[in-house]
Amino acid sequence: MALSREQIAMRVAQELEDGFYVNLGIGIPTLVANYVPKGVEVMMQSENGLLGMGEFPTEETIDPDLINAGKQTVTAATGAAFFSSAESFAMIRGGHVDLTVLGAFEVDQQGNIASWMIPGKLVKGMGGAMDLVAGAENIIVTMTHANKHGKSKILKECTLPLTGAQCIKHVITELALMEIKDGAFHLIERAPGVSVEEIQEKTDGDLVIPDNVPEMKV
Amino acid sequence: MSGFNKVVNSYEEALEGFKDDMTVMVGGFGLCGIPEGLIEQVNKLGCKGLTAISNNAGVDGFGLGKWLEKRQISTMIGSYVGENELFEKLLLSGEMEVILTPQGTLAEKIRAGGAGIPAFFTATGFGTKVAEGKETRNIDGRDYVLEPSLTADFALVKAWKADTMGNLIFNKTAMNFNPMMATAGKITVAEVEEIVEPGELDPNYIHTPGIYVQRVIKGNSFEKRIEQRTVKA
Repeated sequence: MALSREQIAMRVAQELEDGFYVNLGIGIPTLVANYVPKGVEVMMQSENGLLGMGEFPTEETIDPDLINAGKQTVTAATGAAFFSSAESFAMIRGGHVDLTVLGAFEVDQQGNIASWMIPGKLVKGMGGAMDLVAGAENIIVTMTHANKHGKSKILKECTLPLTGAQCIKHVITELALMEIKDGAFHLIERAPGVSVEEIQEKTDGDLVIPDNVPEMKV
Repeated sequence: MSGFNKVVNSYEEALEGFKDDMTVMVGGFGLCGIPEGLIEQVNKLGCKGLTAISNNAGVDGFGLGKWLEKRQISTMIGSYVGENELFEKLLLSGEMEVILTPQGTLAEKIRAGGAGIPAFFTATGFGTKVAEGKETRNIDGRDYVLEPSLTADFALVKAWKADTMGNLIFNKTAMNFNPMMATAGKITVAEVEEIVEPGELDPNYIHTPGIYVQRVIKGNSFEKRIEQRTVKA
C-alpha cells in the first residue's frame, strides 16, 4: 500500500534526532511535528523569526503577533526565541539548522529540486525555499512519486525552473525512500506492500536497486 | 534633548516629503507586523510609480493590497506575493513589474543596504532563474551569486514600543523584516503601539537603536488582521 500523507510524515519523523533544530515546510512536512518520537526533543524553526514553535493556541491565547511561516497563529515553546528575518536566514544559510523538510514538484538524479514555479501558471514566489535548500546540509524532500496522470516526478532532469541545484540527497514519497548520489536515485526502503517493480515503473530517473530493499516501518 | 525627540503627531507629518516614484520599504510578514496607519496614509496621498520593497503584497483590500487597488506600485520587490487576486491581474497585464527575490536574500539585501555593504555573495539561487544575468563566483569549491544590496527613500516599519528618541522594541514574530528596514531607509518612520519617555526602555533590550529612526508615530489603531486563524483542536 502506498503511504498516506500522515505515514510519509511518520517516516520522516524517524529521522529526527534528540537535540535537532528543524525547519518544516508547508504541507506534508508540517505534519512531521505530530510524530516526533518519544524521548526525542526537537526545536522547530520558523523562518519568519521563531525558534521553538509551539502548538496552536486556544481561542483565548491566540496572538496576531505570533505566527509561523505559513501565517498560521501558533505559540512559542518553552525556551523559544524571536528574531528578525535576517537573523533567521543567517541560521538557515549558515547551516545551523540540523534538518530541513520540504515539498517539491520535481527532483532529479543530480539532486536538483523544482518547487516554486510552473511556467504559464501564477507565480506566487519562492518565499524562503531557495535559501533553505542552499543552506541546509541535511534536507528531506517529501513528495508524490508521480502526478495524477501517472507521470513520474522523480526525474533524470527537472523540467521546471529550479529552486536549487545539486542540493537534495533524500526523497521520501508514498512509495519509497531514496538517496541521491553519484548521479542516480538509490532505493533505500519501499512502502509496505509496494513492489520494487512498481517503484521502478514510476521512476523516470536512473534507479539503483540493491538486492534487498526493506519495507519501511510506519 | 529636543534634538532627539522623533515623535510626530500626525500621519501627514510622518510622511512629509513622500512623493511619486520613490522607493519605499514596508515591514511585515504577511499581515503580521505591518505599519497599518502609514500604509493607509500613503494610500490617501495617492502617490504613484512607487517601488515597493516588502516580503509580501498584502491581501485584497488590506495592507499593500490597498496600494495595488490605486495602482500606486510600479515595481514590487518581494519573496512571496500569493493570497492576492488583484496582484495576479496587475502582474499578468504588465501594469506592474515584480522582482521575486528569495526571502533570505531579500532580508540580507536590506540588512546590507543599511550597513553600507553594496553587495554580497550567497549560494542561494545559484543555478536558478534568480542568478540569471548576475555575477557568480566559485569560492572554496562552492558557487555563489553576487546580490546587490537595497536601500530606500522611506522605510515604514511597525514596532511594539518606542521611546521618544526612536529606540524600538518589536513584539514576537511581528519583528520580521522591520529591524533591517529601519536601518535601510533614508527616512525611517516607525509606527508603534506605545511611546514612552527616554530611560523607560531597558537599554539591554532595545532591538533597533534610535540612530536609525527619524520619525515615530503612535498608531491610531491596529486591526492586526489574522490570515490563518488556527487553534488547537
